[in-house]
Amino acid sequence: MSIAIVVLIAVLFTSGTYLVLQGSLTRIILGVGMLANGVNVLILGVSSRPGDAPIIGRDGEFSDPVPQALVLTAIVIGFGVVAFLLALAWRGWTIDGNDLVEADDEDRRVTAEKIDRDDAVFKGDWL
Amino acid sequence: MNLALALPIVAPLVGAAISMMIRHLMIQRIISFIALTISFVSSLVIISTVVADDDIVVSRLGGWPSQIAITLVADRLAAVMLLIAISVVGVVLVYSIGQQATDEHSPAYHPVYLVLAAGLAQAFLAGDLFNLFVAFELLLVSSYVLLTLEGTDKQIRSGVTYVVLNVLESTILLLGIGLVFAATGTINMAELPERLAALPDGVQMGLNMLLLVAFGIKSAVFPLYFWLPDSYPTAPSSMTAVFAGLLTKVGVYSIIRTETLLIPGGQSTLLLVVAGFTMIIGVLGAISHYNMKRILSFHTVSQIGYIILGVGIGTQLGFTATIFYLMLYIPVKTALFLIEGIIERETGSSAFDEIDGLAKRSGFLALLFLIPALSLAGLPPFSGFLAKLAVIQAGFEQGQYVIITVAIIGSFLTLVSMTKIWIGLFWGEVRPVPPDDRIGIMRHHKVMSAASIGLVAATLVLAACAGPLYDFSSDAARQLLDSSLYINAVRGS
Repeated sequence: MSIAIVVLIAVLFTSGTYLVLQGSLTRIILGVGMLANGVNVLILGVSSRPGDAPIIGRDGEFSDPVPQALVLTAIVIGFGVVAFLLALAWRGWTIDGNDLVEADDEDRRVTAEKIDRDDAVFKGDWL
Repeated sequence: MNLALALPIVAPLVGAAISMMIRHLMIQRIISFIALTISFVSSLVIISTVVADDDIVVSRLGGWPSQIAITLVADRLAAVMLLIAISVVGVVLVYSIGQQATDEHSPAYHPVYLVLAAGLAQAFLAGDLFNLFVAFELLLVSSYVLLTLEGTDKQIRSGVTYVVLNVLESTILLLGIGLVFAATGTINMAELPERLAALPDGVQMGLNMLLLVAFGIKSAVFPLYFWLPDSYPTAPSSMTAVFAGLLTKVGVYSIIRTETLLIPGGQSTLLLVVAGFTMIIGVLGAISHYNMKRILSFHTVSQIGYIILGVGIGTQLGFTATIFYLMLYIPVKTALFLIEGIIERETGSSAFDEIDGLAKRSGFLALLFLIPALSLAGLPPFSGFLAKLAVIQAGFEQGQYVIITVAIIGSFLTLVSMTKIWIGLFWGEVRPVPPDDRIGIMRHHKVMSAASIGLVAATLVLAACAGPLYDFSSDAARQLLDSSLYINAVRGS
């Protein structure tokens, strides 16, 4: 497995984990997507030596088709689930106009405050 | 045999596809019944073959060699779980039609429900890890849809937590499967034991933990149970019944497979500790609530502890107890949720401060609640008593007195919380006061009542047949512990 793939997996996992821990559903969905793709790249990375041909005949070295089949299935499932999550987020937004994921009232308050603060920083009016 | 093994998965999937195209409620209902009947008959065929030949049935779809083919395997445990799952799914289908609820009238309901049935069947029959992952996804995605079908504020809010947590669980599972593949080069459950055993201890331990965490979230054991009491109560009661009765058990089933076949470890202190905490924390959560549905949801967590306990003990008696418990407990739990559904349908709630005097309105409903409730608490002569007895016996044989004490305390507390439901809902003056013509609750919900009565009767029959069932569990446990039987069956056929 080349070092670039390893770094890519690490980046996907760290940023995915960070995003999943946020309070806003949009970020969580992005994080879920990143984590899922991190795992997909990992399976593909560990599957066979880079540069091997796909199955083209019975002669010579070719790469193992099983992990590729696994990853294809996993990608499709991940796509469907993210689509469903986005639909949920949209529905939640039409109901109460925000996309906060809250465990309880206190959690909701803290998250809302943090997002306000982030927005303020983003707009540059925090001074 | 190929056909019988494939049908429980294929029939509901085909049914779902047709049902999706037709979108006519009556025809959809008929399709669901036909598909589930086919599943039920073929699971009967499977279990009778497995028992009669005392063998493990294997099927390779497409006729490829077993490393490449999608392998379906049914041993005694898988066969009996499949039979129970399909039966429960069928009963709940009848119940949900009788519910006359908006979600059953949605054109998506029947197709998705059938996909859930297919996912359950596939999870029990899967012969390789990736197939298991796909089965998990099938039943999880359909559970997401069923949980949020009405799209109300409350459902969306808890649905989001449920979906995100289960998606993370799937990611961890896929990560585990990917790393298992990286370490061994196979995902076939018959090839894995040998190759996993050849790995260094640390790697084995790491892979085992990854799989256990993934399955642990699914089966809602301590400390990974927090999502369950939050999300299950918001689903319609019929769906909560299926989720609580079956979905968590798929996780338990996978833990059993991991602990016996893939990485057999004998007695596991980790699982014993987890089981102890799960039993107590779950039941304490139940005691602290004042809503029947919430109490029952917390009990789902607590009971998982008793099931895992047998796996933690790790002897033949332990696994016998686990399988016995699973068989007796699933109908009890489902029945309780169905009865809760009748109450909620009639009064619009299941909170203690809004309802009183149900026993006065319908003595039969009270009796119907009492049987599974006492069974859950483990009072003789009901099935729960026998199941708990088996678990405690298995613990005694290994001298695990601490965990047995915890289990007995847990079942006392279960009795307390069942009494709490009894006092909160069934005693007192009738409230809210019904219109004069609606005194008998059961008569107004004939189909729902019939389904619940059927399930409660089934728990009584199961308790009466405890002897043969225990022998069956014992044989199933023997088959589980001798993993060479499984491996040879898959390789040889």
